[in-house]
Amino acid sequence: MSSLSSKVQEVFNEPGCGKNQGKSEKERKKGCTKQLQPGGAAGGCAFDGAKIALQPVTDVAHLVHGPIACEGNSWDNRGSKSSGSNLWRTSFTTDINETDVVFGGEKRLYKSVKEIIDKYDPPAVFVYQTCVPAMIGDDIEAVCKAASKKFGKPVIPINSPGFVGPKNLGNKLAGEAILDHVIGTEEPEYTTPYDINIIGEYNLSGELWQVKPLLDELGIRILCCISGDAKYHDLASSHRAKAAMMVCSKSMINIARKMEERYDIPFFEGSFYGIEDTSEALREIARLLIERGAPAELMDRTDALIAREEARAWAGIEHYKQRLAGKKVLLITGGVKSWSVVAALQEAGLEVVGTSVKKSTKEDKERIKEIMGEDAHMIDDMSPREMYKLLKDAKADIMLSGGRSQFIALKAKMPWLDINQERHHAYMGYVGMVALVKEIDKALSNPVWQQVRLRAPWEEQTWEEVADAAIAAEAAALAADPARKAEKRRATTVCQCAGVARGTIEDAIVAGGLTTVEAISEQTQAGTGCGSCIGKLDKILQTQDHWNPEAVAAAAQSQQAA
Amino acid sequence: MATVTTSKKSCTVNPLKMSQPIGSALAFMGVKNCMPLFHGSQGCTSFGLVLFVRHFKEAIPLQTTAMSEVATVLGGFENVEQAIITIANRQKPSIIGISSTGVTETKGDDVEGYLKLVRDRHPELDHIALVYVSTPDFKDAFQDGWAKTVTRMVEQLVTETPADAPRERDRINVLPGAHLTPGDIDELRDILDGFGLEAVVLPDLSGSLDGHVPDDFTPTTLGGISLDEIAAMGSACHTLAIGEQMRPAAEAMEQRTGVPFTLFDRLTGLEVNDRLIALLAELSGRPVPNKIKRQRSQLVDAMLDGHFHFGGKKIAIGAEPDLLWTLSQWITEMGSEVVGAVTTTASPLLEQVPAAEVLIGDLEDLEARARGCDLLMTHSHGRQAAERLAIPFYRIGIPMFDRLGAAHQTIVGYRGTRNLIFEIANMFMADGHEPQPDTWALPENTEHVGETALAAG
Repeated sequence: MSSLSSKVQEVFNEPGCGKNQGKSEKERKKGCTKQLQPGGAAGGCAFDGAKIALQPVTDVAHLVHGPIACEGNSWDNRGSKSSGSNLWRTSFTTDINETDVVFGGEKRLYKSVKEIIDKYDPPAVFVYQTCVPAMIGDDIEAVCKAASKKFGKPVIPINSPGFVGPKNLGNKLAGEAILDHVIGTEEPEYTTPYDINIIGEYNLSGELWQVKPLLDELGIRILCCISGDAKYHDLASSHRAKAAMMVCSKSMINIARKMEERYDIPFFEGSFYGIEDTSEALREIARLLIERGAPAELMDRTDALIAREEARAWAGIEHYKQRLAGKKVLLITGGVKSWSVVAALQEAGLEVVGTSVKKSTKEDKERIKEIMGEDAHMIDDMSPREMYKLLKDAKADIMLSGGRSQFIALKAKMPWLDINQERHHAYMGYVGMVALVKEIDKALSNPVWQQVRLRAPWEEQTWEEVADAAIAAEAAALAADPARKAEKRRATTVCQCAGVARGTIEDAIVAGGLTTVEAISEQTQAGTGCGSCIGKLDKILQTQDHWNPEAVAAAAQSQQAA
Repeated sequence: MATVTTSKKSCTVNPLKMSQPIGSALAFMGVKNCMPLFHGSQGCTSFGLVLFVRHFKEAIPLQTTAMSEVATVLGGFENVEQAIITIANRQKPSIIGISSTGVTETKGDDVEGYLKLVRDRHPELDHIALVYVSTPDFKDAFQDGWAKTVTRMVEQLVTETPADAPRERDRINVLPGAHLTPGDIDELRDILDGFGLEAVVLPDLSGSLDGHVPDDFTPTTLGGISLDEIAAMGSACHTLAIGEQMRPAAEAMEQRTGVPFTLFDRLTGLEVNDRLIALLAELSGRPVPNKIKRQRSQLVDAMLDGHFHFGGKKIAIGAEPDLLWTLSQWITEMGSEVVGAVTTTASPLLEQVPAAEVLIGDLEDLEARARGCDLLMTHSHGRQAAERLAIPFYRIGIPMFDRLGAAHQTIVGYRGTRNLIFEIANMFMADGHEPQPDTWALPENTEHVGETALAAG
């Protein structure tokens, strides 16, 4: 087994991953090797994931070994911010050509590393593998080793070619690479009892700096943020931290867990999105540091800071309360960030539709996460008319969702706010929540909405009237024709990852007499991807008497007869 | 609703305003084979001339009665007479457009009387139209000079027509305000053309100052509307006036010929253009062309994409009343807030400008109001202010001497509005402030709870 495939297997067996723990031995062996649906796949590849994970390391030269497509089409597209070097934004690629494909690209790679070191003298070079050189057998690990030795500088191989899997896998493979080659290779100048790592935070839009002043005031030092605004030296010496926070995203769970294992750095999973979440995260950091030997008074100071900053944040939001009272927000996103903003939105007087949650206790959050998770991909395939119907049915005034749905929302002429990672505004910490509420106010109060919904002079009806009529006509047609209604129901895609239609699932349940979600997954592949449709699968099982009344009645009869 | 105030300062610093006579001269430049003539000293003409040359980057026809000190005191009849004869002989124009200046108005020259005398004495000049407009420098501003000149031309050059005279159903008069560029006029003509309507534009800068390479050298204006076309305006079926400043001209047209008019106070924005298109569809009896339908849809999309960048932005605008009105209304519709509005002269629209205050003042006043703004919009003289304030600067209006293409800056119609959205949104994007580690530093007066730890560290 090659080192790459064993690495991939290792990542799949990640014990820190809740999803893995829930799997049987057999399933675990299969790993997350679900095949992407040709023609139905969206999202980045493993190379993309690896690059995203490590690119925010600011002073390193990131060299992509591959044809121009991998780097040329994607460079300088991330909103991470740096407090120092901007070398990370300089794009380096070997741009291999036909000759390289025939004779191998290793020489070109080696020379590229040399040129970079000669011209830019970075503290390290990260070399990213891509599909084509992986196929022709370029051994980047050997090249990196040789270059490292020759030039006396760390040259780190990131072996995560695109075809091994999705973006998420690439995040983890990048983590493995720095665990193997970077972390623990240097020592910090000094250490304090207040040193922490933040793992899985990329400092997009400079968000980390919305929280850092709080930590600074408490005297807590971010030894290394992996990887937002990180410097190579910080990364290499991050193994001396006393505790770690893993930002609510599983993308780098392997780093957190292995650093705990190897260097005895305890970690917790937390979030800086939302006022209460921020407070909770600060308390957790203090708690872990105290456990590791920091003075207990740290907690008192943390509490004092939290009280002060929460009050400041609520006061900041208070200003918008009157303007936003009674407005309804429809929150749709697969991102883990959405549920953490619910409390702040509610505090600002907004009603969050699509959830019935009053205040976000931990259990409530889980529920919101479930609700959001299920609908995560739903809107990606929606037509503007469907989107319009959704917002209308929810009686929502504004939609908050991830980046890709924006164009549909906007075409449906609905106020929309981006809360995913491509966004340009920073929403972290206490100040970030106030900023979010401000942005919502700005979007809602923009007079442009009245304008764009005007009827064109040559139209008899507005766009909305046409849509309403079409929706009503469609509903009437469906009500009149049960067969068509069933057909439409059966045509909806339940599992976006594997592209499984509801009809397929219903047929499998009926044909195989399936009674568990696991059995459905086994039969149809539904629910084997991100897992967000598990709830839906369960609901289909529970509501069999609705969509298959005859069979249920027959089963009941035969049971009675028996 | 804005409070309209006038600057209390004695000294104007960095003027926003330009004088009335050059507005008048520019209007004459939209007439074919015309020689604009300033009745004043040489300097009055050369300053205006240089300003237009720098703005349009074209040869500008503009002559002067070259009033000397003595002539000024004794009265300028001889100078006016001499100038007309010389121009008639040399440039052989069809029309000479005469605008008075501060000097001759101060003296009180009776130019109307002079012209009668000239006519009496020189029957050989009968084929040349002589139009005179009183435009003292010390009163009103650029757009007033333009508007008065157009009104005067309507009164003097359009053939009187009875109200029930037969109309040409496919001919429309267009009276554009001084703030419309040759590009704007082209765009309007294009829109009308889509409905099978012929636009007769007075004045028509689109043929004269649109920056084209002429086939032949002419000492007068290069193109523009001909005297015959002006004379026949009374047989058009409708008049479109663009900008409140054009109301008197449109009224004069209606009075003289019975041609009804519709006044659009601006043509930048969605709703106003919807009204224009509806009117044109009604007048022409034709369906809206697909091209225009697509343009509207593109504009709606541009508004949606653009609103993210316009929302909540603070804008300072320095412009003449009708341009200020256009820009402030439009940018408010996009979600921005006009916090500084400075203009040059009175207008009935000023009180309705969507800003707390509209000041009749200068660029110094604008600079003071633009502090903390996200964008400054005014003519090229705003560049120093924008530099000092370190904010993005959108050049609009006359003069625009440090950029090319002033004549083609087009902001009317669905398409022009769409382009304006993109241009400004791109400036906002280019000005995006990069966050720094101390961007979200805690307020200075925060009572720090972390000092113990800092000491320990």
